Amino acid sequence: MKIIVCLKQVPKNDSILRINDAATWIQDRDLTYEINESDAYALEAALQLKEKNGGEVVALSLGPARVQSVIKEALARGADRGLHLEDAAFDNLDAFGAAATIAAAAKSDGFDLLLTGLQSDDHGYAQTGVIAAELLGLPHATIVMDLQTEGSGIKVKRELEAGFFQWVTLPLPGVFTIQSGINTLRYATLKGIMAAKKKEIKKLDAAALGLDAATLAPKQQIKRVYFPQKSKQTQMIEGTGAAAAATLVEKLKNEARVF
Amino acid sequence: MANGILVFIEHVEGQINRASYEAVRAAQLIGAQLNQETAAVIFGNGVSNLATEVAGKKLNRVYTVESDSLSSYTPDGYSIAFKQVIEQVQPALVLMAHTYEVRDFAPKLAASLQRALVGDCIGYKIEDGAAVFTRQIFQGKLSADVVPTGDTPHFVSFQIGSFRGDECEAGQAEVQALTVNLNAEQVRQQPEARFKEAKAAVDLTQAPLIVAVGRGIKEQKNIEIIEKLAAAMGAEIAASRPICDNDWLPMDRQIGSSGQTVAPKLYLAVGISGAIQHLVGMKGARTIVAINKDAEAPIFEIADYGIVGDLFEVVPALTAEIEKMKQ
Ligand SMILES: Cc1cc2nc3c(=O)[nH]c(=O)nc-3n(C[C@@H](O)[C@H](O)[C@H](O)COP(=O)(O)OP(=O)(O)OC[C@H]3O[C@@H](n4cnc5c(N)ncnc54)[C@H](O)[C@@H]3O)c2cc1C
Ligand SMILES: Cc1cc2nc3c(=O)[nH]c(=O)nc-3n(C[C@H](O)[C@H](O)[C@H](O)COP(=O)(O)OP(=O)(O)OC[C@H]3O[C@@H](n4cnc5c(N)ncnc54)[C@H](O)[C@@H]3O)c2cc1C
Repeated sequence: MKIIVCLKQVPKNDSILRINDAATWIQDRDLTYEINESDAYALEAALQLKEKNGGEVVALSLGPARVQSVIKEALARGADRGLHLEDAAFDNLDAFGAAATIAAAAKSDGFDLLLTGLQSDDHGYAQTGVIAAELLGLPHATIVMDLQTEGSGIKVKRELEAGFFQWVTLPLPGVFTIQSGINTLRYATLKGIMAAKKKEIKKLDAAALGLDAATLAPKQQIKRVYFPQKSKQTQMIEGTGAAAAATLVEKLKNEARVF
Repeated sequence: MANGILVFIEHVEGQINRASYEAVRAAQLIGAQLNQETAAVIFGNGVSNLATEVAGKKLNRVYTVESDSLSSYTPDGYSIAFKQVIEQVQPALVLMAHTYEVRDFAPKLAASLQRALVGDCIGYKIEDGAAVFTRQIFQGKLSADVVPTGDTPHFVSFQIGSFRGDECEAGQAEVQALTVNLNAEQVRQQPEARFKEAKAAVDLTQAPLIVAVGRGIKEQKNIEIIEKLAAAMGAEIAASRPICDNDWLPMDRQIGSSGQTVAPKLYLAVGISGAIQHLVGMKGARTIVAINKDAEAPIFEIADYGIVGDLFEVVPALTAEIEKMKQ
């Protein structure tokens, strides 16, 4: 069983965000990055499927040179190889363009399962995997909590709203978007980190993937990025020690009347 | 020429998802401003009574699309049928509520037509005669105004709660059946019945006071300071999803779209950023207090009282103060 896992590198969850001069994105210079949360669970799901069924796990990331660090992290955790999709032509992709690029790379490498996280923590479109499935002509399932191979197909448990779940059976190859928290993440061991140094990371650009400008042209444009306007009047209580605590308790008792 | 706004109506077990009416309301507002006709479409097998219900809203038309292969929702069935509806109706804009079901099929549908889906928007504005859609990025820390470009139809989904479904104008729409070519072999997903896991051991919906903890707590052993605060207050403990994902607290303490929905007298959120999936589970609380070291955290947007600071200082001070009050 061959599994490709898509890992997006995103700014660390507690980054201080500043808007760039053109107000179209954030200033990405001084940021530190990490693997998108649900993607880390997708990687773990892939590693566990490989341990159970045998096969290969390939870690794929699309982005500038810095995204190699998420590929290396995945290799250290146990992925077998890396695919790094990098090209200046990939700098301004929308979800469709990102999916088209990932789909082209996945197709050229071949796979039984293509896993993504359910959504990115930065742009949060929650689309890339599903679009890739359509472009590849493959079936998909989203918000997956569990994957069980069944004959030549797979049975997945999907999270639905309001506490409901549902099992869905589908043929392979297929594309699955993975929900956070479905397994326990492993961390890279020293041995894993050493072993990762010998593992291959293959670089692919637009020409290698046969992608033209028309396919990559964004179908949606970010006009501006800004801090949301505050609509609610929050009473901010100054300080962090005993005095602030006393003020809060007084307000909860006498103003909000909750005690 | 493409024309009009088409709204997707979702339903499960004979009930229309209330979020679909929020999308209808969005269509009424945008339609009035851009002078566009509005219609809704409902897929299934035996949905005429649901169509009649939707037809009670101010819309020009309600389309029904019925097939054995649409008896239960599948992304293949819905996208194949929806694509044919779009070819027949030729809308300029397709609006949907950003539900789990829409997340599951709408990107596929849009991609099958080589179009973009501007997903999970919270509002719109009209600029130069065209709609611009506002989305949250970085889990609500920033907003982005986004325009779909290129040929219509454009696809947009709205986050739950972005519009008031109960403010839909009433009307009398014409119901029209459309036929599509869809056969069982085209549907590759075989869904089983929906189910719930064993009933939650704790029912937080009845708790008057809730102290909820998020990832700001850093480590499992630190949960202790939250337990002390909750004990002093006589409150129940709840948590954001990552805390339960890590098994630091049991699953049945999770608040949010995939956890419990609560409306206590007091919800004290400690080290929780305020992602929309958490907010939907607690925004009905009468009084909301947020303790967070980041003054820009979205949780402050819905809090009545806020303390910007390190929870490891604020929480013990608050516990001491409450113990003092209770004496
Ligand atoms: C400088 C800049 C300009 C941009 N311009 C635009 C623009 O004009 N219009 C626009 O719509 N967007 C734009 N974007 C954002 C865009 O590139 C999104 O990242 C892209 O749309 C993918 O959507 P998402 O990140 O929301 O992914 P989602 O669909 O939320 O991601 C789901 C999953 O897909 C996988 N995935 C997604 N991206 C990657 C990746 N790069 N590598 C590996 N796996 C991945 C991950 O597993 C992820 O969990 C811009 C971004 C930057 C940095
Ligand atoms: C389909 C789907 C369903 C989901 N369902 C749910 C759900 O039901 N419930 C839910 O909660 N989430 C849910 N999520 C996840 C949600 O999107 C967020 O990722 C999650 O709510 C974030 O949890 P958090 O606020 O604890 O963590 P973070 O976003 O990491 O926030 C931690 C906060 O702690 C603050 N902090 C850090 N250190 C300190 C300190 N020392 N003192 C004070 N403050 C500090 C930080 O400033 C930050 O604001 C869902 C996501 C998806 C995609």
